[in-house]
Amino acid sequence: MGNLNSYNNKAASLTLEADVLVIGGGPAGTWAALAAAAKGASVVLADKGYCGTSGATAPSGTGVWYVEPSADKREEAMKSREALGGYLADRGWMKRVLDRTYANMNDLALAGYPFPLDESGNRYLRSLQGPEYMKLMRKRVHKAGVRILDHCPALELLADDNGVGGASGIQIKNGEPWTVKSGAVVIASGGCAFLSGALGTHVLTGDGYLMAAEAGASLSGMEFSNAYAISPAFSTVTKTAFYTWASFYYEDGTVIEGAGSQKGRSVIARTLLTQPVYACLDQATEEMRLWMRKAQPNFFLPFDRVGIDPFTQKFPVTLRLEGTVRGTGGIHLIDENCATAVPGLYAAGDAATRQFICGGFTGGGSHNAAWAMSSGSWSGEAAASYSAKLGFRRNARELQGLRTTPVEKAAGARESQVKAGAPSAQEVIAAVKREVDPYEINLFRSDARLKQSLGRLDQIWREVRSGVATSGADVWKAREAASMAATARWMYASALARPETRGMHKRTDYPDIDPNQHYRLLAGGIDDVWVKPEPQPALPAAEVHAG
Amino acid sequence: MIEIVSETRCISCNQCVKVCPTNVFDRSESGLPIIARQDDCQTCFMCELYCPTDALFVSPHDRPAATLDEEELAGIGLLGGYREQVGWGKGRSPGAARDATYLMFKEMQKKAGH
Repeated sequence: MGNLNSYNNKAASLTLEADVLVIGGGPAGTWAALAAAAKGASVVLADKGYCGTSGATAPSGTGVWYVEPSADKREEAMKSREALGGYLADRGWMKRVLDRTYANMNDLALAGYPFPLDESGNRYLRSLQGPEYMKLMRKRVHKAGVRILDHCPALELLADDNGVGGASGIQIKNGEPWTVKSGAVVIASGGCAFLSGALGTHVLTGDGYLMAAEAGASLSGMEFSNAYAISPAFSTVTKTAFYTWASFYYEDGTVIEGAGSQKGRSVIARTLLTQPVYACLDQATEEMRLWMRKAQPNFFLPFDRVGIDPFTQKFPVTLRLEGTVRGTGGIHLIDENCATAVPGLYAAGDAATRQFICGGFTGGGSHNAAWAMSSGSWSGEAAASYSAKLGFRRNARELQGLRTTPVEKAAGARESQVKAGAPSAQEVIAAVKREVDPYEINLFRSDARLKQSLGRLDQIWREVRSGVATSGADVWKAREAASMAATARWMYASALARPETRGMHKRTDYPDIDPNQHYRLLAGGIDDVWVKPEPQPALPAAEVHAG
Repeated sequence: MIEIVSETRCISCNQCVKVCPTNVFDRSESGLPIIARQDDCQTCFMCELYCPTDALFVSPHDRPAATLDEEELAGIGLLGGYREQVGWGKGRSPGAARDATYLMFKEMQKKAGH
């Protein structure tokens, strides 16, 4: 296996060679790095933020789809979401994820994660607190000899005729470029929440989707991208599960009938279209209140800090778009190794589609956490094997950057590629958000509105293609803007290609499930977006009933 | 959003500059960290957890808050309060070991009729 060579070709710019490059340092990225390193690969992990605090998991907490290996329990676990997901999940993938998650969680216990003991004195392995989990994962990755590049967003993949062979980006701290040439690349950069403010999602702007599509990879399930989470109106803390114990109220204090954290979320959305909605966790018992505090201290930060008792006082709530972070769309995988159709390119975690285990229903919480650690491990192992097979050829490749959007003062460029008068990243982001945030477009979907919105997004994309202006110090924000615009187009093109209601994808003009659309959708393309049913879909023969 | 770097508590370790996922802080010439890009703050509270001297305060609001009084916040236990709950810092043990999620899940299953 190759060595991790580092040399400076000019002051402060960074060029590295490795067997495997992992883009993203959240749960999926850290498991991928660990798995690749365990195979003997030299590994670089590049995170846009800081590996350990980046992403949706670190500041929060998550349930984990951890199920004891008993046939009955596994059967029940697999069955529980199949109908909700519109029968697009796959039992083979589910079984593998349950097995790998079981192994990885026990591995995490051995590595020192302080799991609580339940009343029988057994370790409880179905929940993780984000700060503790990701601090430990960083420590493990570091100990495994992985080179971690913090604050180093990737701006493009590098490739030759044989496939992907690295990536380059910018070091935020000094503004200088970085390049990693590697035998294989794992994209684990998370989903896209469109800068909605949902907890920990500021770095999750769909960057990996755009990079993968530029390399020729497909996306899948992008119509399942409209998850919204409940949060106090003034705060970022999204923890929808806790609202299981909430009642929802109009401003005058009367109860909003049918509103709820699970099935009643559209009632909340409809009400929010015209008036504020208030919540109070008044259904929680005294015991439950204590458990909640011990389960998720972060949930209480906004309340404690503004002096609201959420169990007795009403507070305004809103719904924040979590896009594909809690949706199930992402980069399409062609095999059990989490390979994409592009040689040398792998995807894991929320960057990849989660339809295999969730179908079209939210992967939020436990399933996504299980998927992140399973797909992370598989992609890391496969990327290491792929790189090993390349052998010495790995180092003798003529690689080209694949970026399709010009960037101001890009890595290696002498001058700006962006024309004067180009829209700013902030303007592009605001324009994209006007299309994806509104419930009346993205949650309550219809042919007419989706088409109009997609038309505007196509126009935004044309502008992005001619260049997005940034202040120079934050060129990566132009790529965030481009990634969000691209993601929104795949989302709405996919939503238009599914004239039915399935999973979280709800069409007001087609309110029922259509047995003839029992397939997954693939999407891709940069300027010309395409959507088509997955060829040879190996889907469960399920009884599909309307509703 | 991040609102306070307490000059009296800060020991210029610049851990916050290092761990912030959205690069909000810069190390100033004096060595103290400064809030250089408040607009980029995602209100995730992670910097508070990594601050060894409880010198930071993140307001729970997702936009800049009115002026806050450091003494007052310290007085009601809000400087470092989150770090204490998570059980990080000298002489503390991780709150994850006291995670009561299993009790919640049990009740949740009853409620949802699973």
